[in-house]
Amino acid sequence: MITRGTKFKIVEDIASGDFIFDAYGDDPGTLFSNCGWACFCAMTDPRSVKPGLEFQILLDGENLEELLFKFLSELIYIKDVEKVFLSEFLCVVDESAVKLNAVVKGEKIDYNNHLIKTDVKAVAFHDLDIKRGSDGYSVRIILDL
Amino acid sequence: MKSGRIEENIWEIPTDYKPGMIVPARIIASESLMTGMDEGVINQITNVACLPGIKKYAWCMPDGHHGYGFPIGGVAAFDSDEGIISPGGIGFDINCGVRMIRTDLREEEVRPKLKILIDALFSSIPAGVGKSGSVRLNKSRFEDIMVNGASWCLENGYAWESDIDHIEQAGKIPGADPAAVSEKALKRGMDQIGTLGSGNHYLEIQRIAFDSECDSDTARMLGLEENGQIVIMVHCGSRGFGHQIGTDYLQSFGAAMRKYSITVKDRELACAPINSPEGKAYYGAMASAANTAFANRQVITHHIRETFARVFGRPAENLGMRLVYDVAHNIAKFERYNIDGKSTRLLVHRKGATRAFGPGNPELPEIFKQTGQPVLVGGSMETGSYLLAGTAKAEELTFGSTLHGAGRVMSRTAAKKRIRGADLQKIMEDNGIMVRAASYSGLAEEAGFAYKDVSEVVNTVSRAGISKKLARMLPLANIKG
Repeated sequence: MITRGTKFKIVEDIASGDFIFDAYGDDPGTLFSNCGWACFCAMTDPRSVKPGLEFQILLDGENLEELLFKFLSELIYIKDVEKVFLSEFLCVVDESAVKLNAVVKGEKIDYNNHLIKTDVKAVAFHDLDIKRGSDGYSVRIILDL
Repeated sequence: MKSGRIEENIWEIPTDYKPGMIVPARIIASESLMTGMDEGVINQITNVACLPGIKKYAWCMPDGHHGYGFPIGGVAAFDSDEGIISPGGIGFDINCGVRMIRTDLREEEVRPKLKILIDALFSSIPAGVGKSGSVRLNKSRFEDIMVNGASWCLENGYAWESDIDHIEQAGKIPGADPAAVSEKALKRGMDQIGTLGSGNHYLEIQRIAFDSECDSDTARMLGLEENGQIVIMVHCGSRGFGHQIGTDYLQSFGAAMRKYSITVKDRELACAPINSPEGKAYYGAMASAANTAFANRQVITHHIRETFARVFGRPAENLGMRLVYDVAHNIAKFERYNIDGKSTRLLVHRKGATRAFGPGNPELPEIFKQTGQPVLVGGSMETGSYLLAGTAKAEELTFGSTLHGAGRVMSRTAAKKRIRGADLQKIMEDNGIMVRAASYSGLAEEAGFAYKDVSEVVNTVSRAGISKKLARMLPLANIKG
C-alpha cells in the first residue's frame, strides 16, 4: 500500500487522443494506488493537491480488471461531482474476494493554485489486462480525455 | 497486413484476415494515408467485423486512428432484429459533434475587435476541467432536456425557431428514456449544460476561404457567401453525462453478454442484442445523452450570439447569426439501407464519423433536399476546417457516412514533448490566430502537427465520392477547452 504513487509510465508511441499509461505495483493495492495517481497526473500535478477532503470507496467485482475499472471510474465520478483533484490513494484489495476498500484524499479544484492540464472523463476496458509476474503486478490503462 | 486495393481510395481486408470475421473490413484512404494507418486501427476495425448481426462491411474513414473498441472513424451497421448495440461503437462522449454558425460579418470588421471578442467568449462559455454551466436545472428539467433536446432550448429562450431544422434529426432523437439513466450520470451532467469541456473540444472563429475545388454555389445556398465571411464553429458533446452512461453500460453489458452467449474480441466492444431489455435500455440512455449534447451546443450558441451582439452593438439577428448545421459524430441511429435488394432497418454506429445523406434523402428537411446534408469537418486549430455535403454514393457505400475530422498521428504526450503550450500560442498569434486555453498543456496536445493533413483527408472522401467539398474555413481565434 502506498499513498503517493509514482510507478507508472506514459505510453507515447500510440497515435491516440487518449491518455495511455502502464502502471506497476508489488501487490494489487499498490497497483490500484499507482493507477489513481497516474489518472490525476493527467489532469494536474497531484503533488500540489492538499489531501484535506476524504472519500471512502467500497467496491467489488467479477475479477481484478473489473474492480480496477470500477475504482478508476469512481475516482472520475468523485472528481466531477465533488469538483476535486485527488492526490492520496490508500487501497486495500482482497484479491480472493475481489473487493476493494479505498480511502482517497484531495481538495477542491482551484484554477489559481493547481496546475490545470486536461480532464479525464472515462476509463476504457480496451487492453485492460492485469499481468502478474515475479516482480509484481502491471497493467495498461487507457483514459478517455 | 493483408489488404487489397479495390478502388483508388478504398481498401478491403478480407474475412480470412482474422478468425470470426463475419464481413470484410473496408478502409477509405489514399495510398499515403493507408501507408500511415496505425496497426491498431486495422486490429480494431477487424474486431468490429466480428460483431453479431453486422451487415456488408465494417468501415473506417480516412481520419481513422487508434481508439478503443471501434477505431475512431469506425462505421458499422447492424440488423435491427438480429444485431447488437455496443457503447464501444459510439464512444463515451455520446453525440460529440460539431456545429457552425454563419454571420454577415467580414474579417476586416472582426479583426479589430478580435481580442475583446475572444476574451468575452472565453468568460461567458466555461471551458476546462471542473467547470459548471450557467443553466440551473433540477432533475425534472434535466429529464425534459434528455427527452426534448434542442426543442427544450427553443421553449426556454436558448434557440431561434429556424435553428431546429438545421440540427441533425432536429436535435431530438426519439426513444430517449431518462429511466435508463443512472443517478450517477444525472449528478455528473446536471450542471454541465453550456460548457465546452476539454480535450479536443473548442470554439473557433473562422473565415471562409474557398479553394478552386469547392462547390461555392452550394455553399452559398447554405449561407456561406464569400471569402472572408466570418463563421463560428463549436466542437463538444454530452460532457460527463454521456461518459457516465457509457461507463455504466460498458459494465452492465458484461453480464448481458454472458446471458446472451455473445463473445467479443475486445471487452470494450461489450454489447447486447438491440431488441433485448438491456439493449433497449442502453439505446434509451444513449438517446438521452445525445439530446443533452444537442442542448449543450445550443446553449453555447445562445451565449455566442449574446456575446457577438454585445461586442458589435447589434442584435444577433441583425448580424445574420443563423445556424448552418449541427452534426453528431459519436452516435447510433436507426436508418434504412438496401441489403440484398431489400430495404432493411439497421442500427448504424458512427464513432468519429458523420452522417452524410445525399440530396433528396427523405429524412432531410426541405432546405437540404437540394444541397445534401451539410457535413462539418473540424481540422486542427492551426490548419483549418471544412464544410462538405453528403452524397447518394455515401448512402450506397458507407451507410450514409463520412469522416469527422483530421485524425491524430501523434499521442498527446509526444506532441507536448515537441512544443510548449505558451510557445505554440505565440506561434499561432504570429500567424494571426488568437488563442485562449483553459490549459497550456492541453493547448500543446492539440498542435497542428499532431494531426493528419486535413486537406488530404477531405480530398480522399471527395475522390471516393462519399462527400462533396463546399468550403474551407481558416481559424482567426480559438478557445481551447
